[in-house]
Amino acid sequence: MALANGHDSHTHIVPIRVYLLVYAALLVLLVLTVGAAYLPGRHTLLNNVIALTIAIAKAVLVVLYFMHVRYSTRLTWLWASAGFFWLLIMFILTLGDYFTRHWVPAIGWE
Amino acid sequence: MVQEQAPQNVSLQFEDVHQQNESYIVGMWTFLVTEIMFFGAVFATYLVYRVANHTAFWEAHLRLDIPLGFINTCVLLTSSLTMALTVHYAQRQMPKQQLLWLSVTMALAMAFLVVKGFEYHHKYVEGLIPGPNFRFEPAEYFRPAQLFFSLYFAMTGLHALHVLIGVLVMAVMAVLIAIRHSSVQDFIPVELVGLYWHFVDIVWIFLFPLLYLIPR
Repeated sequence: MALANGHDSHTHIVPIRVYLLVYAALLVLLVLTVGAAYLPGRHTLLNNVIALTIAIAKAVLVVLYFMHVRYSTRLTWLWASAGFFWLLIMFILTLGDYFTRHWVPAIGWE
Repeated sequence: MVQEQAPQNVSLQFEDVHQQNESYIVGMWTFLVTEIMFFGAVFATYLVYRVANHTAFWEAHLRLDIPLGFINTCVLLTSSLTMALTVHYAQRQMPKQQLLWLSVTMALAMAFLVVKGFEYHHKYVEGLIPGPNFRFEPAEYFRPAQLFFSLYFAMTGLHALHVLIGVLVMAVMAVLIAIRHSSVQDFIPVELVGLYWHFVDIVWIFLFPLLYLIPR
């Protein structure tokens, strides 16, 4: 595997067709997000869930294909996931705090 | 998939070309992780205030221009595609195509900034810049609406700053590619700029629905 002559096919060159497919998928998801925002009636929670799910799907497509993580080494994969995992920890701790404060009313906390 | 790939030189400190490539890419991801956390803190702030002021944020977000935001999302997604094509041609060592698609990416990035500039100008004319000249009706939502626009300008402003930095870095890359500089013989520098650019795109992918498409 470790042929350092510079001519081995160690780097996966993603074909243009794959990029175009991902791009088309991203545009479809964008139209879906805007469409979902105009759903008749009030579905605040549902709308938020749909919008965030679509955004996460788009981000995953960009990370896996445009940023080549799908074709990268395991260390790259680990590094990329670590970033989002730490982000998740920050969100869970922060939002967990703010959204439960009113459970036990305390003077001075709004 | 068996396309001719550009040869790479291995620097002395690396065992082989795999280790070298992995080091560069993991290094770039390390920077991106700090960027994820940086933007993540801003997003968390926004979420906390949005949940606390839902109706006011909904009223305030009606003043944003969804068609312009939609166009800008398309522009940025397209620029990600053209950036991916730039990297593709860098890997195949085709400098002409590389330069072409890098220029298209820069043009799209600048188009994004121009549209953003029009949006900001429009907000200025409407008196929606937070500060002494901020005006908002109904008056009961004045304070939370000002909070919404503070967050709007902070988030989109930070993002626009990243776009601007991206344009500058791409301009430097374009010059290096045009003069066939030895540092861009290897595709890795272009790949790293690409990683940065796709990250900027991901930030906007979340900004657009969160700011422009708040459900009632």
